[in-house]
Amino acid sequence: MKFDVAILGAGPAGLAAARAAGRRSASVALIDDNVTAGGQIWRGAPRIAVPTGVRFFPQTRVFDLRPGFMLLTESHGAMEASRLILATGARELLLPFPGWTVPGVFGAGGLQALVKSGLPVGGKRVMVAGSGPLLVAVAAALRTAGARVVGITEQVPLGRIVPFLAKYPAKLPQAFALRARLLGVPYWTGTWPVRFDEGMVTLSGGRTVAVDYLACGFGLVPNTEAAQLLGCRLDGGFVAVDSRQETSVAGVYCAGEPTGIGGLDKALEDGERAGAAATGQAVNPSRGAFVRDLAAAFHLDPRLFDLAEPSTVVCRCEDVALGTLRPYREWREAKLMTRCGMGPCQGRICGPITNCLLGWSAESVRRPLVPVAAELLSKDVLQP
Amino acid sequence: MTPSPDVMIVGAGIVGAACAYELARAGARVEVIDSGLPGGGATAAGMGHLVVLDDNEAELALTKYSVGLWHSLAKELPAAAEFWGCGTVWVAADEVEMAGALAKLSVYRQNGLAAELLDERQLYEAEPNLRAGLAGGLLVNGDAMVYAPVATRFLLEQSKAKVTRAAVTSLDDLKAGAVVCATGAMAPALVPGLRVRPRKGYLAITDRYPGFARHPLVELGYLQSAHGDSNESVAFNVQPRPTGQLLIGSSRQYADSTASLLEPMLARAFAYMPGLRACSVIRTWTGFRASTPDKLPMIGRLRDRIYLATGHEGLGVTTSLGTAKILTAEILGYAPPIPAWPYRVERFDV
Ligand SMILES: Cc1cc2nc3c(=O)[nH]c(=O)nc-3n(C[C@H](O)[C@H](O)[C@H](O)COP(=O)(O)OP(=O)(O)OC[C@H]3O[C@@H](n4cnc5c(N)ncnc54)[C@H](O)[C@@H]3O)c2cc1C
Ligand SMILES: Cc1cc2nc3c(=O)[nH]c(=O)nc-3n(C[C@H](O)[C@H](O)[C@H](O)COP(=O)(O)OP(=O)(O)OC[C@H]3O[C@@H](n4cnc5c(N)ncnc54)[C@H](O)[C@@H]3O)c2cc1C
Repeated sequence: MKFDVAILGAGPAGLAAARAAGRRSASVALIDDNVTAGGQIWRGAPRIAVPTGVRFFPQTRVFDLRPGFMLLTESHGAMEASRLILATGARELLLPFPGWTVPGVFGAGGLQALVKSGLPVGGKRVMVAGSGPLLVAVAAALRTAGARVVGITEQVPLGRIVPFLAKYPAKLPQAFALRARLLGVPYWTGTWPVRFDEGMVTLSGGRTVAVDYLACGFGLVPNTEAAQLLGCRLDGGFVAVDSRQETSVAGVYCAGEPTGIGGLDKALEDGERAGAAATGQAVNPSRGAFVRDLAAAFHLDPRLFDLAEPSTVVCRCEDVALGTLRPYREWREAKLMTRCGMGPCQGRICGPITNCLLGWSAESVRRPLVPVAAELLSKDVLQP
Repeated sequence: MTPSPDVMIVGAGIVGAACAYELARAGARVEVIDSGLPGGGATAAGMGHLVVLDDNEAELALTKYSVGLWHSLAKELPAAAEFWGCGTVWVAADEVEMAGALAKLSVYRQNGLAAELLDERQLYEAEPNLRAGLAGGLLVNGDAMVYAPVATRFLLEQSKAKVTRAAVTSLDDLKAGAVVCATGAMAPALVPGLRVRPRKGYLAITDRYPGFARHPLVELGYLQSAHGDSNESVAFNVQPRPTGQLLIGSSRQYADSTASLLEPMLARAFAYMPGLRACSVIRTWTGFRASTPDKLPMIGRLRDRIYLATGHEGLGVTTSLGTAKILTAEILGYAPPIPAWPYRVERFDV
């Protein structure tokens, strides 16, 4: 299968890119590993339809990318495209504290996704903890699903959130609408969980709260691995792009969270620009400062990096505790000696954690992008 | 000013680390220098199978001696080195290879090595995930596995040698009584004209499938892949890790071959273990073996105070300990523990 443009990821950024590219280009492929388009925020109910003329490949995981460009998928074999738009989104940042690996603790967005796919939470006491605008959205979704949200803890002090919201009044209605639905739910700022033990969350400051579920998210980590596999340059952990969303690799564009965490509006704008640029249309300049302001407003309190104890597990795949990692100076050394990051997630979860706690940066990405049946790797796609 | 050491070792892979360990035990003051992380070169890329091979007498002598040394060291190794006395199962596809297994059995027995011939049914019982219809195999009991990066670090720590991170550009500039070049496949950069060629190998590792394979499994045709000089070759070689993960190898190619051998290597593995097709691969990578024309290592004096310990091809984890004994004897002027002439550097022109 051959296309002018292939778009990886059908979240807001990918859908906006598809819409823009579809205006001009004859053949556009939109690829996503979920059942439906929509990405993280619109999971299952996208507010932009897949444009007619664009071929949508749901439930299609891309496990490798090659120059030229070739996308290797689990269900549709190799797809070729002259230009590539990477709209791979972000994942949650989890931070370790004593008890963070016991049953009952979830990623905040992860729990939200589970609920959307049918996990019953009716009557369950849930605390949503961490940082960022996502927490409020998650709490609202949980409430709608019948959960008793016993509180939201946001690590940022109130004094930093207020000026942020004042600067971005366009985000206010969104925030207020969500707040209204959360009426009566305590919103503790400058607070975070320090321990979870037998259904009891201990918060910084000493308060304890009984819960059935603790949903944690300390911000978002960009999914840059696909871009890295193609050799795209990163800048400060994000995929570097020019004003047309083109990466350092000609013909590869990137849109949405991988170029800077900015949520829905930014993803839509990025996607529009990338789709237009990849098909030779005029491109509107970026409005830009939001990503920086969001990062500044919600930057993490360093005390969050001191919660884990020596026995607290950091790498869940290989069961490596913080104390085991301490003697090492860098990611690769620790990885070689302790096998931290060598499990199925390949450091996607513990890499960002060691970055926060120990200042390490993870090494380059290896194939496959995601675990894949050996059989699929045995087919030589480059030879007919 | 600190006095210059008796021996400066360049390269902190398993070979350099073993040399540091042995020389220090013999009383020498040793320092080690590496441009990267200790154990981060070929040592991190390989499988860590400690295996006796019998392609020729010299190889048999060095591997047998070295595997014995590993067993002696085993109880001192930290748990993270994952030493596992798992043996090896050599797989015979047909009657011709079964005859090869029989010949191998007699060689191993003559050399005092425990081994058992497996018929078709016994092979299947030992390894139920091998395909049906194989002729049989040979179980070599004394072989083992080790996680080489941790073993490397252990040997370095035991040596108490100072380890410096720096790239060496000239061996002659190093101040020491003796200088050992243990830079693996990169040795020709420091010794121009050295008959060592990098030989690339692919590996894949799977998620955990406990019990899927119980021993390191190698096809009897492996020696031909390893010792032949064909530009590209693959062989069935699957090794379980203690966690239940499976390492899938092996492939060999020299620098003039740019093809990906990952695909044919996996296809070869499926031909022996069809169930591998469905196993989830979490990572693939490549590493470089240091290959000499006769596939035996170069151990000993190059010139003046410069010594070599390289050229270990696909066996350097296994033969590191024997290499260290031989080299230590030569530097300190003792008689070698096994005849050392087959590994001498001057068998090739530099
Ligand atoms: C768990 C989670 C929940 C979130 N919930 C909300 C919310 O409720 N409200 C909100 O405002 N924001 C939410 N966000 C923030 C979200 O990142 C943005 O709002 C917005 O969805 C970003 O759009 P995007 O198109 O950049 O990425 P995404 O929406 O993340 O879309 C990326 C898509 O690419 C797909 N993909 C990635 N790699 C591959 C691959 N190799 N093969 C195939 N498909 C692939 C992903 O499955 C995903 O569908 C959430 C983020 C996360 C991580
Ligand atoms: C795919 C594969 C599978 C293998 N499987 C096995 C197996 O199952 N069993 C087995 O016994 N062997 C196996 N091997 C072989 C084994 O890994 C190697 O023989 C062994 O690791 C070589 O160790 P070394 O110390 O010589 O080299 P290396 O580990 O490469 O160490 C050399 C060191 O020298 C350093 N260096 C290089 N140049 C310089 C310089 N100029 N200045 C400073 N430092 C420098 C490097 O940074 C490196 O750390 C395998 C190899 C491969 C590639």
